[in-house]
Amino acid sequence: MANKRVDEPTGTETVGHEWDGIEELNTPLPRWWLWTFYLTIVWALVYVVLYPAVPLLDKGTEGTLGWTSRGQLAQDMTLADQSKRSVGEALAAVDITQLPGNPQLMQQAVAGGRAAFRVNCSQCHGSGAAGSQTLGYPNLNDDDWLWGGDLATIEYTITHGVRQPAGDDKRQGAMPAFAGSLDDAQLAALGDHVLSLSGKAPANATGAQLYADNCVACHGPTGAGDRLLGAPKLNDAIWLYGGTREDIVRQVKRPRMGAMPAWHDKLDPVTIKMLAAYVHSLGGGEASEPAQVAAGQKADAATR
Amino acid sequence: MLQPAKPAPALYEARKTVHNRRIDGPFRRFKWLVMAVTLAIYYGTPWLRWDRGPYAPDQAVLIDLAHRRFYMFGIEIWPQEFYFVAGLLIMAGIGLFLVTSAVGRAWCGYACPQTVWTDLFQHVDRFVDGDRFQRQKLDAAPWTWGKVLRRAFKWSIYVVIGFWTGGAWIMYFADAPTLVREFWSGEAAPIAYVTVAVLTLTTVTLGGFMREQVCIYMCPWPRIQTAMMDENSLLVTYKDWRGEPRGSVKAAEKNPGAVGDCIDCTMCVQVCPTGIDIRQGPQIGCITCALCIDACDRVMAEIGRPRGLIDYATLEDCRAEAAGQPPRPAWKALLRPRTIAYFMIWGSIGLAMLFALGLRSHTGLSVAPDRNPPFMLMSDGSIRNAYTLRLRNMATQPRAMTVALDGLPGAAMWSDTTTREAAARFLTVSVAPDSTHTLRAYVVAPSGTAAAALAFTLTTNDAAHESQRAETTFTAPGDTK
Repeated sequence: MANKRVDEPTGTETVGHEWDGIEELNTPLPRWWLWTFYLTIVWALVYVVLYPAVPLLDKGTEGTLGWTSRGQLAQDMTLADQSKRSVGEALAAVDITQLPGNPQLMQQAVAGGRAAFRVNCSQCHGSGAAGSQTLGYPNLNDDDWLWGGDLATIEYTITHGVRQPAGDDKRQGAMPAFAGSLDDAQLAALGDHVLSLSGKAPANATGAQLYADNCVACHGPTGAGDRLLGAPKLNDAIWLYGGTREDIVRQVKRPRMGAMPAWHDKLDPVTIKMLAAYVHSLGGGEASEPAQVAAGQKADAATR
Repeated sequence: MLQPAKPAPALYEARKTVHNRRIDGPFRRFKWLVMAVTLAIYYGTPWLRWDRGPYAPDQAVLIDLAHRRFYMFGIEIWPQEFYFVAGLLIMAGIGLFLVTSAVGRAWCGYACPQTVWTDLFQHVDRFVDGDRFQRQKLDAAPWTWGKVLRRAFKWSIYVVIGFWTGGAWIMYFADAPTLVREFWSGEAAPIAYVTVAVLTLTTVTLGGFMREQVCIYMCPWPRIQTAMMDENSLLVTYKDWRGEPRGSVKAAEKNPGAVGDCIDCTMCVQVCPTGIDIRQGPQIGCITCALCIDACDRVMAEIGRPRGLIDYATLEDCRAEAAGQPPRPAWKALLRPRTIAYFMIWGSIGLAMLFALGLRSHTGLSVAPDRNPPFMLMSDGSIRNAYTLRLRNMATQPRAMTVALDGLPGAAMWSDTTTREAAARFLTVSVAPDSTHTLRAYVVAPSGTAAAALAFTLTTNDAAHESQRAETTFTAPGDTK
């Protein structure tokens, strides 16, 4: 039971409880403290009226301000889109060959391209754009390009895709299968010759003859490849489908040829431009031909 | 135990407005001085200029939140160096410990903003409504037009002071002259107006109306201080062995020796800004502003008794004095192991900070190797690694810097602005003043190079020749199979 008493030195009544000899004085709270408490109640009532607050059976009360978190998100997204618009407009107006002349715009394009790459391209090429040798997706970081590695060519490849049945005829190059026409010994000799182009095997006459008869048209006498046809270089260290003799023979017998979707009907030209700038920036990008730059300059001047 | 029936104490208690009486004396004059200095520092600091050259703001003290820079005269702090600011805050904390253990609640009594602004507002009260008795009378008077006008005038002065207080605050966060122009032409950021409004409101509420309630009910510092003080800390003390029992001068004349020095004139209570009676002993409401010492000394002088019935004294002094022992010198109360220890801690933090500030570099280099992909086979069989380098130039002028490879013989590098044809063992980069330059570096090593440790070094190409080194690794095929 409460055992209240008046504390001598202060003249204040205690609350009547005692813990190990310690008692508590029943000091009145300041009145403004009470007002502050009432103020918080008023605040809560106003909040309940203005904002979504009370959960009902199917949905909550909406609040007189009409605020929703989805609406807030939509507003923020609109603001973000507006802030990006100026970059988009600048990119739409400039020919891609002219981008290197505008480092700031280039930087913005690369940043936008990095984000777009994660969404649209990383499924095949990987989030680091390193591709996959097992699956035959090209690595975009290196300096070996099947179709060309300058800005305008990369933009063209992304726009039109690779080996699309209804697509552009500049990205249709195909390799015939030699499974029936060459026997195993011939294929082995040919594989050795292809390896010898990059110095990984001794030269052999049979293979050289077979190469000259069947492969030179597309891959060239030294194995330099042909970008117009998408014929890979055979004299370098990079192999899309593997660089052992078995890998090469398998590829000659029944060639695998990758395809890439055409993106012009899925992405807007500005996004494609940003993607091209990003892929070009990965470290293997090639400089544009002077003729291309001049043509781009002319195109730019015409649109202004 | 059982007390006779008494009305139960009220749950809530209305604040009794403190109408403190004007007093003059050495402590009051010291308070004027501290008030003038602290207010001058607060209102004036943002207007001090400090030339840092064309690439940095010329405001002496500036907290540039937008650009993450903290300028304080010749020192510029970047976010990663915030430990200097933390060190300053720790010094301020230890400084409070030091002051409290030596001279008690001197911070509360003189320098705390709540004390300074309360003092300021109480002077406004005195200026508009008169001294203690006029103010008490006006408080009790009915609401006539005269009182309404008087209150409106007084409260508008409160608002002006509050507005100036909030207005000075925002000057620390932007260039003061520019901000003043923008503020009055309506071009300043909304947060500036919101901050001024909030600080006006809090200044008027806390300084104009809450006053001593802040110290008694809200502030944690008085509670902490009770744990920091000991029997050798200076307190404002009523010397009860000298003052009690209280009696008038006449009573003392009639019956010498029967009454103490206190004549119960209550001057000490009337001048107290927190409205307490110091004669009840040390208490949480006493901010040790020493105005009661001024008041009591005047009274004692008038009735021809020695000063110091209420005085700064330690509990130890009081015990000795009550026992009739000679007083000990003041330095003995100040120089004790405890205060010396606090001073040593405080001073060594200060010295360490000065040392660190003097030695800090104005450049920085950090290296992050690409991990996806970790390395890249080039068509000629060579191996390329990519790194993101961050070059910091903390100086206020643009500087050329040389980044060089250290280790990995045979390797060369180029950057995102050059090509492989230009690959070399070093790169020269110009870094804008007061900024961080991000650079992608491609390091290429001949075919067959094994994974190895690699470091980048950075040297400024100016007279200072500051250098930095960052270690990383070069990854090669074979070790990540």
